[in-house]
Amino acid sequence: MPKVTIDGHTIEVPDGTTILQAARMIMDKGEGNGENIAPPTMCYYSKLKTSGGYCRTCIVKVSKGSEKDPRPMPKPVASCRTNVMDGMEVQNITSPELLEARKGVVEFLLINHPLDCPICDQAGECHLQDLGYEHGLAKTRYDFKRRTFNLIDIGPYIKLHMTRCIMCFRCIKVADQLTNHRYQGMLFRGDASEISTYIEKAIDNDFSGNVIDVCPVGALTDRTFRFKSRVWFTKPMDAHRNCTKCSGKVALWLKDNEVLRVTSRKDKWGEAEEWICNECRFEKKDIKDWVIEGPRHIDRHSVISANHYESLAQLKLDIGKQQKQLNGKS
Amino acid sequence: MGRKLLIHNDKVPNIHSLEVYRQNGGYASVEKALKTMTPEAVVEEVKKSGLRGRGGAGFPTGMKWSFLAKPPGVERYLVCNADESEPGTFKDRYLMEKIPHALIEGMITSSYALGAKTSYIYIRGEYFYVARILETAIEEAYAAGLLGKNILGTDFSHDCYVQVGAGAYICGEETALLESLEGKRGNPRIKPPFPAIAGLYGCPTVVNNVETIAAVCPIINMGGDEYAKIGIGRSTGTKLISASGHINKPGTYEIELGIPVEEFIYSDEYCGGIINGRKLKAVVAGGSSVPVLPAELILKTDKGEPRLMTYESLSEGGFISGTMLGSGGFIVYDETTSIVKNLYTFARFYHHESCGQCSPCREGTGWMEKILHRIIEGHGKPSDIDLLWDIQRKIEGNTICPLGDAAAWPVASAIRHFRKEFEAYINHPEKIKDAMPII
Repeated sequence: MPKVTIDGHTIEVPDGTTILQAARMIMDKGEGNGENIAPPTMCYYSKLKTSGGYCRTCIVKVSKGSEKDPRPMPKPVASCRTNVMDGMEVQNITSPELLEARKGVVEFLLINHPLDCPICDQAGECHLQDLGYEHGLAKTRYDFKRRTFNLIDIGPYIKLHMTRCIMCFRCIKVADQLTNHRYQGMLFRGDASEISTYIEKAIDNDFSGNVIDVCPVGALTDRTFRFKSRVWFTKPMDAHRNCTKCSGKVALWLKDNEVLRVTSRKDKWGEAEEWICNECRFEKKDIKDWVIEGPRHIDRHSVISANHYESLAQLKLDIGKQQKQLNGKS
Repeated sequence: MGRKLLIHNDKVPNIHSLEVYRQNGGYASVEKALKTMTPEAVVEEVKKSGLRGRGGAGFPTGMKWSFLAKPPGVERYLVCNADESEPGTFKDRYLMEKIPHALIEGMITSSYALGAKTSYIYIRGEYFYVARILETAIEEAYAAGLLGKNILGTDFSHDCYVQVGAGAYICGEETALLESLEGKRGNPRIKPPFPAIAGLYGCPTVVNNVETIAAVCPIINMGGDEYAKIGIGRSTGTKLISASGHINKPGTYEIELGIPVEEFIYSDEYCGGIINGRKLKAVVAGGSSVPVLPAELILKTDKGEPRLMTYESLSEGGFISGTMLGSGGFIVYDETTSIVKNLYTFARFYHHESCGQCSPCREGTGWMEKILHRIIEGHGKPSDIDLLWDIQRKIEGNTICPLGDAAAWPVASAIRHFRKEFEAYINHPEKIKDAMPII
């Protein structure tokens, strides 16, 4: 069993564990001294094979390759796709140059993102929002026109808003690995590339709705929930029903007794615990359809949950701090 | 006159035909390797020769071959990278067009060494006529028993196919090439695993450049030790250089590694000096992605020693004052060239060719192009130079494949060596029309 040290925390992990998984294991054990040493992920999804490696937000510095070959790796590596070696030493939040590189990646992800959070359904549970808050700049340096796309309906239940897409490819992997027929793929190249169902061919598979859950931003949204409510005004509840297609274990998002939205239950890393079927997700919007188990515990680490925007004074302070860093550099 | 091993008989009439090629000593390496040597001995000769990959990275070929995994019962493949897409490079086209059998011969000998029953030549779409030349050559080789079952009566059987790509720059990256060859979208794979372990169709695969594979023939014919005597230090043998730009004699030249850069530019045997008697301004020594160097640094290193055409000498001084031999795309700029406009051309190219998988390259290349466009249009801001520098720094090293680096290096080197020119564009936009664009 290889031993790996991440930001000074050593852990023994099974063969074939990636650096990212090892970092999450350290966090799961409650170590980390109150700091989150697990690299942020935008494209990696533990339940999807071959996911990860694209967004580059999870890059880490390998300062010692292994016990056998202690040379450091010449470039930052994607922690989600790099396996640990025995004796490996990794720097994540302890390496200023790595954090600087990650800041660059976040800036790249944001330059063509519309930043339309005030009208985006994902706001409040958006990974890009959190990432931007934690690693982004206070002010954009990009002063060109951002790329835009027309909205596309993927079938009756899913809306594709390509303008917001950050090209994580998770939805493509879902379409590939979860559904029977692949209708989804990538068109074009470079910054003109887009996710498409090719001539807007409808995805009519029982599990296609899971693309909404895996989307880290608001590019794929639930048409039955669009513009109904901000997520922080809804109450999440664990619920289940007898379903012939899936486990029927879901999270309901209620306003009073009205079911506004049904999603899969997400773990602390924002990943679905179990995939749910479209019938549960889109068609069972009556509270009588469900057996309520109780309030769902949500890991309230998001920008909005943590009340970063609550106090204007705090917001000014935060931005001022970033601005100072920005000015100090140039 | 330097020795020529690859294109020594390119002027012989009908050398593209098997008959004439064999009359001029062709397929001797196949005879020698298959009839008198074991595959291991062939690999050993290539190792001894010190041959390094001619596609750009310069990785020792013998070592690459010895990394090839050989699990029993699993196919192994040799793939020839003929997707010569680096701007400024056209040596492989010349070789394949003039002497197609030199590549086919190398493919057979190399495949024998690697134990590959099947090999593929992946050629870029723009070279469709070269693909036809190669296909004709392969047909001739089949008819003569040089390909197919029991080659030259030995136990070795081999099939070779030509596959035409669609002309994407990214498909020159070996894993993107393999994806494309498998019929998928040409996106680079995330490594590891490397192709030597899991390449084409998940089988162990060696991907080599055209020139590398063709160089195996003279190595087997003359012996690895003899080949290693040509050149200097770890840069052994001969190299094809595609010379272009403001020179009197653009074209493909075979040089012995180790000749001075100055001789290559000014001697009548090679480039023949700068066009119209103008002065040399800068050189991109190894294809558009390597750093551009101003005249004083390309002719002499910062230690004052003459710079030589070798992997080591060209990279002397790192990226601060050096560059790379790369693929041998030697682009010469005279004093009338605008480095900023030239850089914009490159940036536009990399933006267009970025595959879109990873964020730094997908977004960064487009951003750099837009800023450079603004500068050459006369709308640049004083902060743009530092911004460009910061963007390239954040792309380099943070991407899946080397395309990000390739897009970043020209920007970094242009700013490093020609910052004044950027400032002139930004501070005196009214003078921009005086500067001559290239191409």
